[in-house]
Amino acid sequence: MVVPSLKLQDLIEEIRGAKTQAQEREVIQKECAHIRASFRDGDPVHRHRQLAKLLYVHMLGYPAHFGQMECLKLIASSRFTDKRVGYLGAMLLLDERHDAHLLITNSIKNDLSQGIQPVQGLALCTLSTMGSAEMCRDLAPEVEKLLLQPSPYVRKKAILTAVHMIRKVPELSSVFLPPCAQLLHERHHGILLGTITLITELCERSPAALRHFRKVVPQLVHILRTLVTMGYSTEHSISGVSDPFLQVQILRLLRILGRNHEESSETMNDLLAQVATNTDTSRNAGNAVLFETVLTIMDIRSAAGLRVLAVNILGRFLLNSDRNIRYVALTSLLRLVQSDHSAVQRHRPTVVECLRETDASLSRRALELSLALVNSSNVRAMMQELQAFLESCPPDLRADCASGILLAAERFAPTKRWHIDTILHVLTTAGTHVRDDAVANLTQLIGGAQELHAYSVRRLYNALAEDISQQPLVQVAAWCIGEYGDLLLAGNCEEIEPLQVDEEEVLALLEKVLQSHMSLPATRGYALTALMKLSTRLCGDNNRIRQVVSIYGSCLDVELQQRAVEYDTLFRKYDHMRAAILEKMPLVERDGPQADEEAKESKEAAQLSEAAPVPTEPQASQLLDLLDLLDGASGDVQHPPPLDPSPGGALIHLLDLPCVPPPPASCSVTQAGVQWRDLGSLQPLPPGFKLFLCLSLPSPGLSSHPRSQSV
Amino acid sequence: MIKAILIFNNHGKPRLSKFYQPYSEDTQQQIIRETFHLVSKRDENVCNFLEGGLLIGGSDNKLIYRHYATLYFVFCVDSSESELGILDLIQVFVETLDKCFENVCELDLIFHVDKVHNILAEMVMGGMVLETNMNEIVTQIDAQNKLEKSETFIFQSPRQDR
Repeated sequence: MVVPSLKLQDLIEEIRGAKTQAQEREVIQKECAHIRASFRDGDPVHRHRQLAKLLYVHMLGYPAHFGQMECLKLIASSRFTDKRVGYLGAMLLLDERHDAHLLITNSIKNDLSQGIQPVQGLALCTLSTMGSAEMCRDLAPEVEKLLLQPSPYVRKKAILTAVHMIRKVPELSSVFLPPCAQLLHERHHGILLGTITLITELCERSPAALRHFRKVVPQLVHILRTLVTMGYSTEHSISGVSDPFLQVQILRLLRILGRNHEESSETMNDLLAQVATNTDTSRNAGNAVLFETVLTIMDIRSAAGLRVLAVNILGRFLLNSDRNIRYVALTSLLRLVQSDHSAVQRHRPTVVECLRETDASLSRRALELSLALVNSSNVRAMMQELQAFLESCPPDLRADCASGILLAAERFAPTKRWHIDTILHVLTTAGTHVRDDAVANLTQLIGGAQELHAYSVRRLYNALAEDISQQPLVQVAAWCIGEYGDLLLAGNCEEIEPLQVDEEEVLALLEKVLQSHMSLPATRGYALTALMKLSTRLCGDNNRIRQVVSIYGSCLDVELQQRAVEYDTLFRKYDHMRAAILEKMPLVERDGPQADEEAKESKEAAQLSEAAPVPTEPQASQLLDLLDLLDGASGDVQHPPPLDPSPGGALIHLLDLPCVPPPPASCSVTQAGVQWRDLGSLQPLPPGFKLFLCLSLPSPGLSSHPRSQSV
Repeated sequence: MIKAILIFNNHGKPRLSKFYQPYSEDTQQQIIRETFHLVSKRDENVCNFLEGGLLIGGSDNKLIYRHYATLYFVFCVDSSESELGILDLIQVFVETLDKCFENVCELDLIFHVDKVHNILAEMVMGGMVLETNMNEIVTQIDAQNKLEKSETFIFQSPRQDR
């Protein structure tokens, strides 16, 4: 006995009647069980109803894959009702990732060649939505035949299906190119719309097709002119504009055809001027056409007067009260800013106004456009605006704004001091949103501007004293204080108010950073090294610093622990070298990490020749001390195991070392400013030795900050 | 190209979802949720354009939406479509629904979602605009409905409940 099944309407009623999610799930699961049973029994009469219900629950998010085969059966049925639901199911449930989708190819083929028009329409619709490359190849001949059928309903669908096929299988362009010329003569708007879309697709894919279709430019101009001058016709007009969709498509195609081609551009000039001046802009439809016209004018080789007209139209739209218009105006100006920079510059004040919009979409567009408009003459004013924007902008725009400001500052900074000020401001306002290399860039910038050392260290000290939560700022400040602590304490600097800072305050601040739970491990590293450097810069005794350093010798963080132990050892055993090691850093070159290494090595070489000559005689013992040092520091890291063959090579090198002049240990943790350069000659490290060092130092993964590694 | 067309109500319940690119079911549901989340945050008097979310977004794609009473109509498009044109397209779609359903409201969309799919299929095909003339669309839909009804009549027997 056949249990009468629910109609779709009734199922929907039941689902809506469910008061909770769990109830809804229950209802749906019960019904799906019925549907599954019905599919198993193979009831042909009600199959379409079952599938319709299944598609409904699929939309709500419940699994419906067991209906895929039923789609096939329904498509193969002879009833229109079945086919309708079957094809809809195929579009919703099947796509090219499922193997089953190929099984409908045959049914589609039959329907395309023998079906009545509505059925052909269904088949074409499904093919254009989920047709995979194989299906398209198989069915291209059928679709081609339908292009020339008398019925406009089927033809327009066939044309769009052809577009989809070309997207999936570009080789089919050659099949669908010939009919286009004839199709352009049709009067039916649907066919025209499809044809223009098809021609656009063909031209975008192949330069040969582009050249071929340039000869239809006069015809396109004629069609557009007819549309524009045609009086009010109820058929296709939207708010008084006749078929704006077709107009927009034609304008877009004209843009592609006229680009970089004098002759075509010439043919279009008059018409574009006519459209630009005569379109009614009181309603949205007219504005859509006008925008497209403006973009086309700017993209082709149009007359100068026409270009001016176009940019002025955009400028007018920027002041329009309708936010949609302003959004599209900003988007269009963004497209033009590269090619017509000076024209867009004229509208800079209005664009900057748009930064203050409350609408997030508009302010985002305004931000992009403002950043594109920054140049060397307006950089100060623009930066002021952008920095004000940064303080109040929505959080998802902060990162883009911050990096945009930093990039623009780098390109157009009028003075170094202004540049440093700008970066400082960005770091204080949006420190968490800047990119990782901002810290490196700022330290390099400060390092290079010798006259500004005192100024920078003061400003950074003040900023740090106020707020130690913004990590990039803290890192730069710590580095600076470490490097230029003596300038900070010296007290005099013309460019900023005199500040009396005493040593204890500076040390206290750095300790605060070290202990704060907000500090990242990398930040702590910076602070520790800064403290260490201050041991040579400050005049007082170093007890406080030594205390801190020895405390951190048992820190849980391996990186920090290693540094602390190394510094501690520096105090205890190598005090005579401390001053030399902790000298001020030379300027780091910025051509990239590889070049950095070479530059540093050559700088090391240059400095070694000037540095206090290290006696070569205790070299062997120094080297053994080095091994000691590294072992002691990395007590918890294993020795390079002799069982591993590749570092075995390193071991051999190590054993060789007392006989060979010991290579410099270039474990240059340069951003900390410590350079181990006293331990040897100028030869570059043999690869094995580098590998050993690499194994004994903690892995780079511990800190997210990019540092030059000792390789 | 239109990537997806979504209709959902003020609480995020989907009333229609049509994707013109292959996405897995999970991704589709996530896209609906994410889109609802983005669109419902918007004020009443801001522009109708949004950058897409992570799933269906990317630098190229936009969400163009209109809010009619209790329903959001969202079209996710890429940069090859005219933004203002899509706004008009949404309007034409809603007006066509109005003509087919006589003063359409959310309940019509709920109970006749398959018919809404059919109407949409006459307007947008494979992510491209097919037909914007309301009369043509309505004529076609009527013809198809008549065809369905005639088949029903043939198969209907007195005993079966339809």
